Amino acid sequence: MDKKFFFERYGLAQADIERYLAAALSAGGDFADLYFEYQTSTSVSLDESMVKSATQGISVGCGVRVLSGERTGYAYTDDLSPERILHAARTAAMIARGPAKQPVVGLTDKPAHNLYPVPLPSVKADVLAKVDLVQRADKAARQYDPRIHEVRVSYADELRTILVIGSDGSFAEDSQPLARMSVFCIAKSQAAGSARGSAGGGGRVALDYFQNDASPEHFAKEAARQAIIQLDARDAPAGEMEVVLGPGWPGILLHEAIGHGLEADFNRKKTSAFSGMLGRRVASDKCTVVDNGTMPGRRGSLNVDDEGNPTENTVLIEKGILKGYLSDKLSSRLMGIPNTGNGRRESYQHIPMPRMTNTYMLAGQDSPEDIIRSVKYGVYAVNFGGGQVDITNGKFVFSASEAYLIEDGKVTSPLKNATLIGNGPDVLTRVSMVGSDLQLDEGIGTCGKDGQSVPVGVGIPTLKVDRLTVGGTGG
Amino acid sequence: MTVSTAERQTEPQTTSTDLREIASDVVRRAMQGGATAAEAVAMDGSEFSTVVRLGEVETLKESGSKGIGVRVFFGKRAASTYSSDLTPAGIKQMVDSALRLAKVTSEDPFAGIPEPSQLGKLEGDLDLYHEDVYSLSTADRIDYARRAEKAAIDADPRITNSEGGSFDAAIGYKVLANSHGFVGDYQRSYCSVSAVPIAQIEGAAMQRDYWYSVANTLTKLQSPEEVGQIAAKRTLRRLGARKVKTAKVPIVFEHTIAGALVGHIFEAVNGDSVYRGASFLTDKLNEKIAGDNIEVIDDGTMPGGFGTSPFDSEGVPSRKTVVIEKGVLKSYLLNTYTAKKLNLQTTGNASRGLAGTPGIGPGNFFLKPGAKSAEEIIADIKDGLFVTEFLGFGVNLVTGDFSRGASGLWIQNGELTFPVEEITVAGNLKDMFFNISEIGNDLEFRSSIASPTLRIDGMTVAGE
Repeated sequence: MDKKFFFERYGLAQADIERYLAAALSAGGDFADLYFEYQTSTSVSLDESMVKSATQGISVGCGVRVLSGERTGYAYTDDLSPERILHAARTAAMIARGPAKQPVVGLTDKPAHNLYPVPLPSVKADVLAKVDLVQRADKAARQYDPRIHEVRVSYADELRTILVIGSDGSFAEDSQPLARMSVFCIAKSQAAGSARGSAGGGGRVALDYFQNDASPEHFAKEAARQAIIQLDARDAPAGEMEVVLGPGWPGILLHEAIGHGLEADFNRKKTSAFSGMLGRRVASDKCTVVDNGTMPGRRGSLNVDDEGNPTENTVLIEKGILKGYLSDKLSSRLMGIPNTGNGRRESYQHIPMPRMTNTYMLAGQDSPEDIIRSVKYGVYAVNFGGGQVDITNGKFVFSASEAYLIEDGKVTSPLKNATLIGNGPDVLTRVSMVGSDLQLDEGIGTCGKDGQSVPVGVGIPTLKVDRLTVGGTGG
Repeated sequence: MTVSTAERQTEPQTTSTDLREIASDVVRRAMQGGATAAEAVAMDGSEFSTVVRLGEVETLKESGSKGIGVRVFFGKRAASTYSSDLTPAGIKQMVDSALRLAKVTSEDPFAGIPEPSQLGKLEGDLDLYHEDVYSLSTADRIDYARRAEKAAIDADPRITNSEGGSFDAAIGYKVLANSHGFVGDYQRSYCSVSAVPIAQIEGAAMQRDYWYSVANTLTKLQSPEEVGQIAAKRTLRRLGARKVKTAKVPIVFEHTIAGALVGHIFEAVNGDSVYRGASFLTDKLNEKIAGDNIEVIDDGTMPGGFGTSPFDSEGVPSRKTVVIEKGVLKSYLLNTYTAKKLNLQTTGNASRGLAGTPGIGPGNFFLKPGAKSAEEIIADIKDGLFVTEFLGFGVNLVTGDFSRGASGLWIQNGELTFPVEEITVAGNLKDMFFNISEIGNDLEFRSSIASPTLRIDGMTVAGE
């Protein structure tokens, strides 16, 4: 979408912006910003080989934020008329007390990235092409194996256009496409009962991405393969053992165990298990972890964050030493640390906070085969459902949807839903081997924090953790 | 902090009669555009929230929003659209898009809205809405949050930090209209107060826990002081938590989290999962799926309940459904579509937001309480685990496999002894509901799904 979207479509003018920001700072405060958002989305879903639903939606609104010391005032409106925005601005202003301040409205546009140059956003593409994608996936999953009993496929996309204007003269507009396909299969057999498998992917891409890079057939086969394998799965063992994580999506371990604990808001408030550990060893020297919002076309990437700052490639852990936190405007100002461009929000109805983008560990030297061979008895976890962390005591959990036993250096039986549980600050200190095969996930992750969901990416090379608790029922 | 209370009198832009009219108009337009059936949902909500941390206001948020969604049918084809733009142009665009989209979906022989004879509303006051949740001044609301946090911090010197105290209030208005002439609306209120203290002692990890009270009127809310004190107690008892050895022991699930287990029953009797074969309870109607002592009920009619409503999201009156009786599965929970798929009748459990097709939602879904207190249940156990929190989502509804992270307290000789963390509890839901050996008397609704304290035998605790 063209720059100046809100100026043209909603008749927004420089004078309006000055008025709104002045109202926001009418009771003082250090900073105020306006966040305009216009989002269109479409989705198509298939079940029992029928396209049962097609949906389209539009959501528009403006959020006004006022910062005063450590305080945040916030109000929003889904009506962009001047009187409603002014009302929101005056409501948000109530957080501050003192004489009015004059905003600087310079409309300086910082140079941003151009990470998703999409000529035709998928949201505007012919819906029949999306229907074709879900039907192709259904067909491929059913052809994979006659034991595939149920297939559900969904395709969803959105185009989010944002305009962020700060009282410090900052200004950014960005148009962010996002598309995703998901396939879910259930396999059934007389002998083994039922099992499930799922796969999916996408990114900030146009519709042709699914024709070329990541076809419906690819996701369908992957979901069907997992479901069929799970038919033969046995109970996971219980207790502490060696665990090998496969490349890609198992990077959710980094996201849960490390990433959240390094978000600056928790560290500013000293409520994170990582508080005060900057410069200290938190991982083995084989581990270097970054959060990189600047990767072209990735689900977690952004040209600018939701405060209008360009995203960055931030080193969190370098050779095992904690190097930095993920910050936004509020925490960088209060903590005196650089703003890493990680201020994100779910929508205009939400207050921004430090969030991850694409979080991954850099590749190491070991061959994945050697890593497996080195394990006497342990678990090889290849795919995961979801995970969760308690920031304060550092404990994290995640559930493996595809995992195998490793016996005497060989991958053997598939395992049923094994849960892995550990302690964030020391799990990476137990990483003894790092593979050369770094992969990012295929573009499926959504992260939740304080009730706000944002798209993210994760990745790791094959990793060996010397000791982790596996929560199964078996011996 | 002082604020003018006049400032927060948000004059509603659209009144409820407007939204009823808009929803009916959307249905009319869809029918004029050639739809054979149509259904519109409109919502208008306001929210307020504040967090006070270490005595200072940290956030103050106040706003409202509204939106409308429409579902149209061309014979057996359906599509849906939604918009937050309620101007005539916005509504026209939304209806036109739905009519266009419905031409690309498949013919589904079971698609459609309920029959006229199935539509209706519960009469009488369901006690869903109380104006008082919005009656406090901003200063008083901040004071609620401040008092909750202060009570937690003052409770013990080991409470050294805090994620804050909070007060939230919200009201929501919902209208449903369809092409059989049904138009219904209702309003709902909500308020809550919470505290999240952090405790620390030398040589042990920081610990955090919380407590909250939630109600649809201020008069039913626990006092902020009580909330803060309970939060402090819950946090302090976690200090010095450790891992335990992997073992099979009796597990007692505190009523605050036992609702999560009962929630898995809800997910497994959800008609959408059942007809797809995605539930371990598919094809189990009238079979024994739990012990004789288990009764599970879904009651959308309880006055004042968080899951109560006069009608469901398709305009079918809410009702009471016995789901499990003496361990036998008596009913699934269904909307119009899933009922037709399973050749049954809807149970009035259709649930939807603005977008998409209706799913299944609970009324007030609960496991019937027993006679013993949690203390009495714990007193019977020589060696066991008392679980107070789950972490992670390791549940497979297709197979019933269950393995979730947990923390809590170790039971020794009938008493709670030391705190436990970094463990998982695992089993299979198919067995777990047969192995509920004790049911507490402490059923308390804090959302639409609730359970008393439960003791389950035969599960594995995985630790060292």
